[in-house]
Amino acid sequence: MTTETYIRQIDTEAALSTKDLAVYYGEKQAFSRGTISFPRNQISALIGPSGCGKSTFLRSLNRMNDDIARVEGQIMYRNLDINNDKINIYELRKHIGMVFQHPNPFYKSIRENITYALKYNGIRDKQVLEQKVEESLKAVALWDEVKDSLDKNAKALSGGQQQRLCIARSIAMQPDILLLDEPTSGLDPISTRKVEATLQELKQNYTIIIVTHNMQQASRSSDYTAFFNMGRIIEFDKTPNIFTTPKIKLTEDYVSGNFG
Amino acid sequence: MDEIKPKLLSKSKQTAEDRRGKILCYACLSLIVVLIVSILYFIMDKGAATFTQNHLSITEFFTGTKWDPGHHLIGALPMITTSFLVTILAALLATPFAIGVAIFMTEYAPKKGTKALRAVIELLVGIPSVVYGYIGLMVVVPFVRKIIGGTGFGILAGTLVLFVMILPTVISLTADSLKSIPVSYRQAALALGATKWQSIYKIVLRAALPGILTAIIFGMTRAFGEALAVQMVIGNAVLMPHGLGTPTATLTSQLTSQMGNTVLGTVSNNALWSLALILLLMSLAFNLLIRFITRKGAIKR
Amino acid sequence: MNPKTSDKIARKVIYGVVVLLILLLVFLIGYILVTGLPDMSWHFLTSVSESFEAGGGIRDQIFNSVYILILTTLISLPIALGVGIYLAEYAKDNWFTNFLRTIIELLSSLPSIVVGLFGYLLFVIKFQIGFSIISGAITLTFFNLPLLTRSIEDAFRSVPRDQREAGVSLGISKWKTITGIVLPCALPEILTGIILSAGRIFGEAAALIYTAGQSNSVINYADWNPFSPTSPLNIFRPAETLAVHIWKVNTESILPDAHQVSSGSAAVLIIVILIFNFGARWLGNTVYRKLTATEKGK
Repeated sequence: MTTETYIRQIDTEAALSTKDLAVYYGEKQAFSRGTISFPRNQISALIGPSGCGKSTFLRSLNRMNDDIARVEGQIMYRNLDINNDKINIYELRKHIGMVFQHPNPFYKSIRENITYALKYNGIRDKQVLEQKVEESLKAVALWDEVKDSLDKNAKALSGGQQQRLCIARSIAMQPDILLLDEPTSGLDPISTRKVEATLQELKQNYTIIIVTHNMQQASRSSDYTAFFNMGRIIEFDKTPNIFTTPKIKLTEDYVSGNFG
Repeated sequence: MDEIKPKLLSKSKQTAEDRRGKILCYACLSLIVVLIVSILYFIMDKGAATFTQNHLSITEFFTGTKWDPGHHLIGALPMITTSFLVTILAALLATPFAIGVAIFMTEYAPKKGTKALRAVIELLVGIPSVVYGYIGLMVVVPFVRKIIGGTGFGILAGTLVLFVMILPTVISLTADSLKSIPVSYRQAALALGATKWQSIYKIVLRAALPGILTAIIFGMTRAFGEALAVQMVIGNAVLMPHGLGTPTATLTSQLTSQMGNTVLGTVSNNALWSLALILLLMSLAFNLLIRFITRKGAIKR
Repeated sequence: MNPKTSDKIARKVIYGVVVLLILLLVFLIGYILVTGLPDMSWHFLTSVSESFEAGGGIRDQIFNSVYILILTTLISLPIALGVGIYLAEYAKDNWFTNFLRTIIELLSSLPSIVVGLFGYLLFVIKFQIGFSIISGAITLTFFNLPLLTRSIEDAFRSVPRDQREAGVSLGISKWKTITGIVLPCALPEILTGIILSAGRIFGEAAALIYTAGQSNSVINYADWNPFSPTSPLNIFRPAETLAVHIWKVNTESILPDAHQVSSGSAAVLIIVILIFNFGARWLGNTVYRKLTATEKGK
């Protein structure tokens, strides 16, 4: 089956790019022929109907699919193919962080949620740790809400707070790229707005790739948008182009609400 | 910028940790595998010696009724018979009782009632077998003596003690299998105008049959292998049982009471290991049976 | 029969059966406590048992039971953790996992007397350790492993999946994620499992009569050097536990006060097991409340 596709070549520096990426669950192909480059310090949104392979694709980018799927093709990060058995996936994930669909803070205190991985990586200095906690919580605009209760169990926070804590936890590691898998799908509109605002702030320092089922979210907060369907990338372009003048009929149908 | 390249390509503390963790797990796994293999090997090896080294007859072992290994008489039929008799009788007693309680827990009881019964069952499971044996000795044996005469030791006493011992296991497994039947089955029956009992009897119990059978066999496995409680009330005389109230012996009771009185390597001792081998093979057989039923039940669903 | 009538009869029968079950439990525990408590004097708990005369106690048996329980738990816990973690976190759905589960099931269905005889053959005879605490403790480990592994696996499985993803996505190794993030969440349930298995170990006798033995050597409680032959801590001395004592007194002893000794011992045994059982239940409930309270704050 040949599907018409349009993938825009970005003219700025790419933070991450894939070539002929394909993902299989057992014998079943969930995603194929993914060739795309994501621009540095921009927000790229991945949209598409459920089951189109966008989450599968995203999770492959920092090798979170290793245990459950077979991933073929190249993922280029800093001139290095990271889809390779020789790659140290833990080292990789320090550079490419991930935030999940449902907030998943550790069953630990708010402070420990941030410091756990830092301590694990050898940061012992209490002052440095405290500073990191403050910085990362400020970056997600959570500091003022929780600064007096850092020892409280993170599970006692609201859903939106938990999700922002999870983002803070990821950026405390100072990754290069932040992958977000429908981070606001379980949140109320106000929390969603807060998370989106957070992302806009973070854009200056991070490359962000975000899967969303919410087209308004993609159109208002991303710079680039990729439209996925049936395990393929159908169209990738600057966000305004996707939503106003898509080049592919399928994309037009989708963004105008005619299917999906 | 590219200084991270070598880091991405080399092993680190994390990969080392993962390796160590996996090795630890595999070490524990291999311990368990070695353990079970050596149990099977040692017991089979010892149990077969009666026939391979002492050249006694397997046929006699399974059909003979005279047990005096010191004089090369190894008729184990009385013990085999008694073991099966007490197991089957205990299961027969326990089954209706267990199904009744399980139905109450899943169909009648309010949530609190189910919880309380679970606690009762857990406590019953927790009572050690020597305590069951002790109560058997103090209460059941005199009771049997009173109603059917004789010494009171024997199959009936053994059955009653085992019945109580396997009851909690059979109840909780039966309740699990009843609970796994979808509510929609019951609602469908009730919607057709069936009474509650009809829906339970005709729909739920039938659908849960493989699970109930498994529960009963689990109970039988426990009854067949139970040693001390039975040994304390069975009478310990290797004789074919002539009635419910005459002293006899099971495989386990004979092992328990005689293993310490024989010298390793003698025929008397080897013959006992052969009894242990039957126990081992029976528990393998019960295991296979449970697997078979579970598989069949799964296909039917 | 009229369906309405049979419905009523069935209901009555079922309620009757349940009442019988509860009466049974009340009778069993009541009988042990009523007949045993009067015999449970301080003297009984703190003096050495007698072989031929009346008036003996169960001091050493209690100590042995506790000591063997601790040793068995110490030996089984790491192994069960390894296997439980493997089954919950690493095992894929393949023949090997299937094989492992079959083996563990088989081990749990072996009669304890058979496991005991295996321990006897291996430790007492082949390794010539003789009837000893260590032979008994290792044999009880065999008997304890399947159950403990099961509860540890369940405990790990009850921790939400997303905790693992959170850990590894931060560059924490899978192993450290399991031990540092998942394990603390699973710990309360694991503790409950340990306490429940402790009850089983404490009451087990069949696996011990030919491994730890049916008699005691002279023990000097002032001697805490584990290598001294009279030390209570010496793992190579024969040790009769409380459960074995009950069996022994009732089957082979010629004690004039066998009845008192066994009723008193049974009472001690039941009380300890009740404490374990309620302890596990209490712990489970407390943790459950704590977790649900946290959930409420959401």
